[in-house]
Amino acid sequence: MELILFLITAAVAIAGAVAMLISRNAVHSALFLLLNFGAIAVLFLLLRAPFLFAIQLTVYAGAIMVLFLFVVMLLGAEKVEDAPDRIAWQQPLALLLGLALLIVSVVVGLGSATTPPPDGEELIKFSDPRSLGELLFTDYLLPFEITGFILLIAVIGVVVLSQRGRKI
Amino acid sequence: MVPTSYYILLSAILFTIGVLGVLLRRNAIVVFMSVELMLNAANLALVAFAREQLGVEAQVLVFFVITVAAAEVAVGLALLVAIFRTKRTADVDEVSTLKG
Repeated sequence: MELILFLITAAVAIAGAVAMLISRNAVHSALFLLLNFGAIAVLFLLLRAPFLFAIQLTVYAGAIMVLFLFVVMLLGAEKVEDAPDRIAWQQPLALLLGLALLIVSVVVGLGSATTPPPDGEELIKFSDPRSLGELLFTDYLLPFEITGFILLIAVIGVVVLSQRGRKI
Repeated sequence: MVPTSYYILLSAILFTIGVLGVLLRRNAIVVFMSVELMLNAANLALVAFAREQLGVEAQVLVFFVITVAAAEVAVGLALLVAIFRTKRTADVDEVSTLKG
């Protein structure tokens, strides 16, 4: 049952990613990427990480994709690739190197993977958001604070970058 | 129980699609979306290995990756808007002022 769910979700994720890659209109690309993010959120749920599922939906599908769509529509940059490519040999070379990367990553990734342990007491602790929260506010308190600082710097940076009439 | 290797396979495929997006597309916004796809693929592999080892620390790491990605998207899109304002294009081939 879980395997069937995984296969369907994986197919949706790959279809969304490929459609994002080949669609000419940037708005369509953004919407297909949204589909992909939703599929990955479901995969997080299948991996017993419900908190990450919620974060993936709210932060990625909610906030980041809205920002993308907003900027695409604001700039009117849906179709900027009508002119032919300046570097003709880039496309076949990219496909070749992409294939090589896929082979290498599959070989290395599969070599280090084993089968996961069955459901049990440990898994309940793993999937409980409480254990994640406890770690976040004890062992990983300093990285957590630094993350807040990074977000603050990002906000300031965006405000500075989007000021009008200023040479950057 | 789905084996971890299936997740790693899916993660590798998604990462490769992201890399191809960066290499093949010239619309800067789509290039940026492909970078997000690569981050997501890495997150998926991370959670799959965490599920295998039952390590909650990896979930914390994914949480940090997602927050930093959010900050990165905000700054990156502001940069794109700034470039679009001066260059009037989002084509990465047109933005080549730094080329020697």
